[in-house]
Amino acid sequence: MDLEILISYFPRYLDAFKLTVIIGCTGILIAFILGIISAFSIHFKIPIMSQFFRVYIEIFRNTPLLVQLFFFYFGLPKLGISITSEVCGVMGIGLLGGSYMAEGIRSGMDAVSESQRESALALGMTRKQMFFHVIFPEAFSLSIPAIVANVIFLLKETSVFSAISLMDLMFTAKDLIGLYYNTTEALFLLVVFYIIMLLPVSLIGNVIEGRVHYKMFGA
Amino acid sequence: MDEILSIRNLTKSYDDLTVLNQINLDVSRGEVVVIVGPSGCGKSTLLRCINAFEKIQEGMVKLDGEVINPFKGKLNEIREKIGMVFQSYELFPHKTVLQNMTLAPIMVKKIKKKEAEEEALALLDRVGLLTKKDNYPRQLSGGQKQRVAIVRALMMHPEILLLDEITAALDPEMVKEVLDVVINLAKEGRTMVIVTHELSFARAVADRMVFIDAGRIVEEGSPIKFFESPKTERLRKFLDSFKYI
Repeated sequence: MDLEILISYFPRYLDAFKLTVIIGCTGILIAFILGIISAFSIHFKIPIMSQFFRVYIEIFRNTPLLVQLFFFYFGLPKLGISITSEVCGVMGIGLLGGSYMAEGIRSGMDAVSESQRESALALGMTRKQMFFHVIFPEAFSLSIPAIVANVIFLLKETSVFSAISLMDLMFTAKDLIGLYYNTTEALFLLVVFYIIMLLPVSLIGNVIEGRVHYKMFGA
Repeated sequence: MDEILSIRNLTKSYDDLTVLNQINLDVSRGEVVVIVGPSGCGKSTLLRCINAFEKIQEGMVKLDGEVINPFKGKLNEIREKIGMVFQSYELFPHKTVLQNMTLAPIMVKKIKKKEAEEEALALLDRVGLLTKKDNYPRQLSGGQKQRVAIVRALMMHPEILLLDEITAALDPEMVKEVLDVVINLAKEGRTMVIVTHELSFARAVADRMVFIDAGRIVEEGSPIKFFESPKTERLRKFLDSFKYI
């Protein structure tokens, strides 16, 4: 491995890293909001919305991100809607992630027992008060492991962005290998940057999970 | 006597299965009524019908002269007047003991936080749990949790307290610490309807005993008559099932 090559590649990886993080994080934020709305709608069986989100979840959970990206990037222009590859990336992560987040949050909501609800109602709370002060905080704590796992999964999924010519980490590595054939250096930096991106998420996730879990369940 | 709760011809059924059949029961202010009966006889369901967790098919439940089941208006307002303690404690795991107690009074009754906390601390002191005020439920023993659940219900100043097998999930050693709290409440003149399997406790706390079997009230009366000279064969058999030797 040649240190000079590594150093010369570094700025390009750094740019790609920034782009990946920005698109990934924006997408995850959208995924999170979408997930909460879907989970609420389905949990409370809100007419029309719950059916709509059920269909949405099944479509996006059961198709690969690559296929979704192709659809947005090559398919939508045929319908007269053309969007940049950055917007495509955000949409892809947001919609795929939304379906995963929805299931994670919903499972947390379902895991709060019926008698917890009843005990809140027995104290004279309205359904709304019960939901926001008792059920949702508990459900959210229970969903944290699933949410952290989804964030990591979604950040890794950004590696298919290269297929719609987004200059993410994967694209940069492939591009450099194609240009200069320095495979070892290019792949080494690729791994390093993914780890730099994901390790903190993993570690922070562990700390949050640990704290919440300890507060509610001990040990 | 001043009747606070009045149940008339209450019938509860799930499809073809009749769980409660034509129940009539009146509870006076300050009275402690203890309901016993074999598992599945409908005694817990009866409690749940009182605060309208269960819809009823016939009859009615009145609290203070107001029909509460079948109820048309806002259930939360009526449930404010009825305290309920569950077998499985049901403290809120993400809130401390103090927060568990003050949450509903602050939110539902709009009591100032400081006042609610003062009252909560006084109640905790009475049940010997003042030092646990900042602990989370998971850090408490079953008996401690159940004592918190009882005082949490008291924070809402209910007119009547429903206790649903509150010691059934506890270790034998912890049963007494919880039941002592209940006996003190009875001495204070609280109105309570209690479902329990602890017959010696029932005898100590009850003003009136009610025996339910297969969805019907089979026998009721003062604790002495109930335990010493049961009128029905069914109750005699039930009481015998608690005797060993």
